[in-house]
Amino acid sequence: MLHLSLFLIFGAICITGAINLLVQRHPINSALSLVVVMGSLAVEYLLLGAEFVAAVQVIVYAGAVMVLFVFVIMLLNAGEEEQTSGSRVAILFGIPGMIIGSVLLAWVLVARSGTGEVALGALPGSPRSIARLLFRDFLLPFEVTSVLVLIAIMGAVVLAARPEAVEHTKKEG
Amino acid sequence: MCLRFHILITAITAVVILMSYEYMATQQIRAGEYYSLILLGAVGMCLMSSAVELVLIFIALEISSISTYVLAGFRRRAAISSEASVKYFLLGSFATAFFLYGVALMFGATGSTGISVIAQSLRAGNTSTLAFAGIALMFVGLGFKVAAAPFHIWTPDVYEGAPAPVVALMSTGPKAAVFAVLLRVLFEINAPGRLGLIWVTAALSMTLGNLSALVQHNVKRLLAYSSIAHAGYLMMAYAALPANGIPAVMFYTATYAAMNVGAFAIVSHLAGAGERYVTIEDYAGLGRRSPLLAAALSIFLLSLIGIPMTGGFFAKFYVFSAAFQNSLTGLVIIGVLNSAIGAYYYLRLLVVMYMKEGGQEIPIAPTPLALHAALAISIAATLYLGILPGRVIEFASRSVRDLTQ
Repeated sequence: MLHLSLFLIFGAICITGAINLLVQRHPINSALSLVVVMGSLAVEYLLLGAEFVAAVQVIVYAGAVMVLFVFVIMLLNAGEEEQTSGSRVAILFGIPGMIIGSVLLAWVLVARSGTGEVALGALPGSPRSIARLLFRDFLLPFEVTSVLVLIAIMGAVVLAARPEAVEHTKKEG
Repeated sequence: MCLRFHILITAITAVVILMSYEYMATQQIRAGEYYSLILLGAVGMCLMSSAVELVLIFIALEISSISTYVLAGFRRRAAISSEASVKYFLLGSFATAFFLYGVALMFGATGSTGISVIAQSLRAGNTSTLAFAGIALMFVGLGFKVAAAPFHIWTPDVYEGAPAPVVALMSTGPKAAVFAVLLRVLFEINAPGRLGLIWVTAALSMTLGNLSALVQHNVKRLLAYSSIAHAGYLMMAYAALPANGIPAVMFYTATYAAMNVGAFAIVSHLAGAGERYVTIEDYAGLGRRSPLLAAALSIFLLSLIGIPMTGGFFAKFYVFSAAFQNSLTGLVIIGVLNSAIGAYYYLRLLVVMYMKEGGQEIPIAPTPLALHAALAISIAATLYLGILPGRVIEFASRSVRDLTQ
C-alpha cells in the first residue's frame, strides 16, 4: 500500500515535471524541471527494486547530463538574467505542498509497522544480474547500440558544421 | 525472408548511391559523410528486417531513422531542407517513442521481447488489454515510418525539402524494412485485432494520398502523396491470410522500390542546381528535349499506375486478390477506385511531358554513366517483375513457412 502510493506520488511528480518542462519559457527553468523528472524517475526505479539503475540514473542523468545541459544553456544565453521576486506557483503551492508533505511523512511513520523491509540487493536489480542481461542475453542489441551512437555523432557533426561552399570542382557533365 | 529483404535493401542502396554521385556534384554539397550515413543506415535497415527480437528491432529502427533525419537536412543552404530535417526528427522521435512504449507494454503482457515467445503466449490465449495496447502502439510507431494515414502528415514536407536521392532512399529502403517488421508483428505474432487496424489505415491512406496528389504542382510532393497511397495498397495485404498476404507484401515492396527509386533518379537529375526545376510545368516538352529520360520516366509512371507488363500491375493484382480471398470486398473496391483516381495524376504528368510545349528552355545536363546504370537497373527490375513475376513470387512464398510455424 505504502509502496504503491509512493510509486504513484513520484509518478505524478515525474509527469508534472515533464509538463512543466514543456510549458516553461526560460530554458533554465525547463532544464531544472528535467532534473525533477530524472530524480523522480530514479525513485521509481528504486521502488521497482532496480537499485543499480536508480544509482546510475542519478549519477549519469541527473548528474552529468544535466550539468552539461545547464552549462550549454548558460553559455548560449549569457546575459539574459532576470530577477523575479519568487514565482507565483511557489507562493500558491509552497505552503500546501509543505503541509501535504509533512502529513504524508507522519502517515508513513504511523503506518510504518505494516510495511516490511527489503535489504539492499535482495531484489533482482543487482549489477550482476544487469551485467548478465546486457553481456549475455542482449549482447547483440548492446553491441549494435555502438553503431547507433556512431551514426548519431556523425549526424551531429554534419548538421553542426558550417555550410561552406565547396570549392568549385565541377566535372564535365 | 531476411535474405530477400537484404537483397532488396542492398539493391536500393546501390542504386541510390549511383544516382547520388551526379546529384552531389551538381548541388555542390560536400559528400564525405553522406555516403557513410547512407551505408550505416542500410545496416540498420538490414538488421531491422532480420531481427526477431523487439529490442534489436527498436535499435535498428533508430539507426535507420537517425541516418535519414540527418540525410534529409543535407542541402544545408536550403532552408526548406533544414525544415524537413527538423520536422522529420521531431515527429519521428515521437513515433519511435510510441513504438518503444508498445514494446514495453508487450513485455509487460507476455514477459518477453522475443517475437516467437510473444507469439506463443498470445496463441496460448493471453489476450490481456496490455497486449492489445502494445500492438496498437507498435502499429502507430511503424505506421508513421511507412507514412500510412493517419500518421502521414510529415511526408510531403519532408520529401519536398530533402535531397531527391535521399527521398528515393527513404521512400523505399526504411519502408521495406519496416514492412518486414510489420510482417513479424502482424503475421508471426498473429496480432489480435489486426483486421480493424488495417482496414482503417489502408482505406485512409489510399484515399487521402490519392486525393491530395491530384492537386499537387511539385513533382516531389506528388510522389510523396503517391507513396502514401501506395503504402495504403500495401497495407491491404496485411489484412489477408498469411499464405497470400506475405508473398503479396514482399512482391509489392520490391516493385515499389524499383519504380519509385527510378522515378526519383530522374527527378533528381532534372532538378538542376538548388533543385530549381521540380514543378510539373518544368517537365513540359521533356519528350522532345530528352526522349530517353522521358521514356524511362514513362515506364516508372505506368508502373506506378499499374499498367500490365510493368511490375506495378502484378503488385496490385497480388495485393487485391489476397485481400479478396479473405473476403475484404469493401476494401478491395476502395482500392480499385483509388487506382483509378491515381491514374489521373500520373497520366497528367505523362501528358505534360509529351503533349505540352515547354515555355522556357530548361537546361538538361547530359546524363552521366552512373545515372545510366541506376536507371538501367530500375527499368530492368520494373519490367522483369512485370513480365516474369513467377520466380519472385515463388521465392517470396517460401518465407510463409518461416513466419507461420
